[in-house]
Amino acid sequence: MLINPLVFVFIALLSCNAQQATAADDAGFSPDDVQTPLAPLSAGIFPCSNCHSGMPVNMKRRQLKDEHTGIVFEHDPAHRWCMDCHNPSNRDKLRLASGALVDFSKSYLLCGQCHGPTFRDWKSGIHGKRTGMWNGKKRYYLCVHCHNPHSPKVKQLVPFPAPQPPKGEPSFLGGTK
Amino acid sequence: MTNIFGFIKFCLGLWTRGGRYYWAWVSFLCLLIISGVLAYSNQLEYGLGLTNMRDSISWGFYIGNFTFLVGVAAAAVMLVIPAYVYHWEPIKEVALLGEMLAVSALVMCMLFVTVDIGRPDRITHLMPFLGSPNFPRSLLAWDVLVLNVYFILNLTIVAYILFTGYTGRPYKKAILIPLVLFSIPAAISIHTVTAFLYNGIAARPYWNASILAPRFLASAFCSGPAILLMLFQILRKVAGLRIKDTALAKIAELMSYAMFINLFLLGAEVFKEYYSNTEHLIYTQVLFFGVGDTKVHYFMWPALIASIVAFLLFLIPKTRNNPLTMNIGCVLIFIGVYTEKGMGLVIPGLTPDTLGEIYVYSPSLLEYRVAAGVFSVGFLVFTLLVKLAIPYMEKSHAHHAA
Amino acid sequence: MDTKIPPKPVSRRKFLESAATLTAAMVLPGVMGCTTENIDEFLQKHFVELSPAELEKVVKRMQKQNEKKYGKAGSIDATPAIPGVLFGYGLDISRCIGCRRCVHACVKENNQSRDPDIQWIRVLEFNKESGIDFAEADPYYCTTASLHDKEASHHLGEKKEGEAHGKAAPVAVPSADAPMKLSPVQKSILENPDSQYPLYQVDANKVPASDPACKVPRPGHFYVPVACQQCENPPCVKVCPVKATWKDPDGIVVIDYNWCIGCRYCMAACPYGARHFNWTEPKLPAEDFNPDTHYLGNRPRPRGVVEKCTFCIQRTRKGQYPACVEICPVGARKFGNLLDPASEIRQIMERKRVLILKNELNTKPKFFYFYGTAT
Repeated sequence: MLINPLVFVFIALLSCNAQQATAADDAGFSPDDVQTPLAPLSAGIFPCSNCHSGMPVNMKRRQLKDEHTGIVFEHDPAHRWCMDCHNPSNRDKLRLASGALVDFSKSYLLCGQCHGPTFRDWKSGIHGKRTGMWNGKKRYYLCVHCHNPHSPKVKQLVPFPAPQPPKGEPSFLGGTK
Repeated sequence: MTNIFGFIKFCLGLWTRGGRYYWAWVSFLCLLIISGVLAYSNQLEYGLGLTNMRDSISWGFYIGNFTFLVGVAAAAVMLVIPAYVYHWEPIKEVALLGEMLAVSALVMCMLFVTVDIGRPDRITHLMPFLGSPNFPRSLLAWDVLVLNVYFILNLTIVAYILFTGYTGRPYKKAILIPLVLFSIPAAISIHTVTAFLYNGIAARPYWNASILAPRFLASAFCSGPAILLMLFQILRKVAGLRIKDTALAKIAELMSYAMFINLFLLGAEVFKEYYSNTEHLIYTQVLFFGVGDTKVHYFMWPALIASIVAFLLFLIPKTRNNPLTMNIGCVLIFIGVYTEKGMGLVIPGLTPDTLGEIYVYSPSLLEYRVAAGVFSVGFLVFTLLVKLAIPYMEKSHAHHAA
Repeated sequence: MDTKIPPKPVSRRKFLESAATLTAAMVLPGVMGCTTENIDEFLQKHFVELSPAELEKVVKRMQKQNEKKYGKAGSIDATPAIPGVLFGYGLDISRCIGCRRCVHACVKENNQSRDPDIQWIRVLEFNKESGIDFAEADPYYCTTASLHDKEASHHLGEKKEGEAHGKAAPVAVPSADAPMKLSPVQKSILENPDSQYPLYQVDANKVPASDPACKVPRPGHFYVPVACQQCENPPCVKVCPVKATWKDPDGIVVIDYNWCIGCRYCMAACPYGARHFNWTEPKLPAEDFNPDTHYLGNRPRPRGVVEKCTFCIQRTRKGQYPACVEICPVGARKFGNLLDPASEIRQIMERKRVLILKNELNTKPKFFYFYGTAT
């Protein structure tokens, strides 16, 4: 009972400082802070320019037959395709709707264009995964660490083993389950 | 001082003399005690994992017996009240035997708590000054306190009466009467605190009913006197205890009222659970019909029938005045209350557990052995105490006759 | 009134030390074999009464025991609560997929007994139609036991190899031998090459076998992991007869394993099944021993005492996230300071709808479940 007023006093005190420091929606977030692990690209595939640099750009929407055949595209396939996100001229970059180019390590900016509320939640730590220090340096996991950008729905997993159910010794009055 | 040594010698003398039946009984108890001690030493070595208690049902047979015996301890002394009210002639004897039963029941209670805890080596942590008893918040700390106070109180009374009986000097009323009178509220308090121990746990809706403490008291008023009633009859034969049939019938009548209240309160609880039919019903369902593989209901129905039959036997004047039907009633009451206050209280309280898991608990062989050992210690204590009471009663009888 | 540490002692121990050495010498040999170590342990004070010097002595003794049992002394710190911090936990039940990685990371981090297995986190599976109804909860999903195969359950203290593969069971328990097929994404999370905490790198070869019949989340189900809710109004603390458990100023409910008498009243009183008892000597293989421990947290526990989740006190008081937050592959677990408005947990409370288990019991948990999908 006594704790509650105390909590509120603390909260009030802290919020005075915090309000100036953070914009209402991006509490505690500034892009420079983001310490991300590497984006999970398949081994040996990056930089894309290794293959794509001399290649003519084919803007036609089509079924890929020679390369990238393993990609299952389930990200609003009726309306989206490769060149909505991958930059046609410099394949080592992603491209925002504005035309601005971003690195693969900043792919969240691309996702955030459509997924506004989720992006906002991610920035404040509500959505997505962070590791490290709760009161200091964190690792932010990118959208693509959990969501395959081509097929973003989180896949089912095999769970780790269940607990052992309790069991007692059999006893002469019926025993236990 | 010489008196005290003389008294001890006198006690030892009494205990080492006895007939064939006495020795057979004592050796039987000693065998069970040895078996219990062996089982308990296993438990000490391996841990409580040798019992069938698990995280899901973390209290079991030991605590069930403890709860029942607290009732016995309390009610034995509460019999002093009617003894006063109805001016039974052998009031001293009734009080003495009641206190003796209380002492033995308390020995068992404390042993049951001791065998149930995981770290008996840290028992000092419960004691004032030596440990850190959590007063006033923990009901268990309170329970340990009131049980010990009650135990010391009863032991003092018993020892004092027997000692004055030995020295032949009349006891000082100024000492004894306040002690006996104080033991009555103390008896009510131990049982109330034990009921509160369960009652206060909001996480277990089956126990978290305010009707629990009244039910505890009502059922205790049946089980404690049931034992004394049978004992009085035995002592009347072997030791010339002067207790009239009418007094016995009066006790039986009081028991029938207590049993009525007990059954009524049970009925009130059952009505509330079944009519309101909330998620809390499941515990009562475990008690009466079983959920999943639970087995308590196999014991609960016979126990309930035993309680009802005993109630009727004690209610009808003809059957309560007949020694045979009265003794049957005593046994039935004992069975009924033992089941209801032991396993019938603990198991449905914890099944299903707080996250809905149903673990079917029934005591392991080791638990039976330890419990039998504890009961035997209690019976042995009671036997030895009653043995001391016999010459005292004979003496006072002779005194009366003269 | 709840945040107070148990009241300071009477100077009772002086009496004990002289008187009880004798008693201990007489009582203990039969119980556990008489060594000076046992006597020291017997005479040891309550944690909050230990002076720094005494604590050091106690820790040295415990490290010696660790050395003997696990070949490593390890560190046993007693870092106090950080001032101005009240820990809160968030769990997104719209994201949790019930994969039980948290359960096993917790076991690893906190030196829980492997056999019989003690797990501080219990992941409950519910039907979507019935909501959070504990009567319908299934903690054994994806095992033979969840299919009511009685043969599959283990007897305490003995684990048979491959026993979990019930005879006629349609769903086999994943075995440790066959590696699971991981997508590169899952691999990157599980193996997380960049993690500062190699402890949580899960060896992909040890991940249980993939069984197409049982993957989570199972359709029509949702998952609610339950561990200690670190109540502001903890019933377990209230009932403890010896003050062996209390709430520290940062809100973590802790236990002094050397003061607990093992009466299990707290287990009866806890509405969340969060407390676990060491029914026998806990088994912790030496190679699994995590040497970074806290006195009130993950140091190895003796037999006969109660243990519980402490929000990884050994990590969180140093600023780290709890182990379960680190491992969660879907980021459903959130942790932070309730007194800091910028903290993740406070952001959740501000923007999401939180829900508290068994709110009606007025335990005031600091563990908040929330629906991340609703804004």
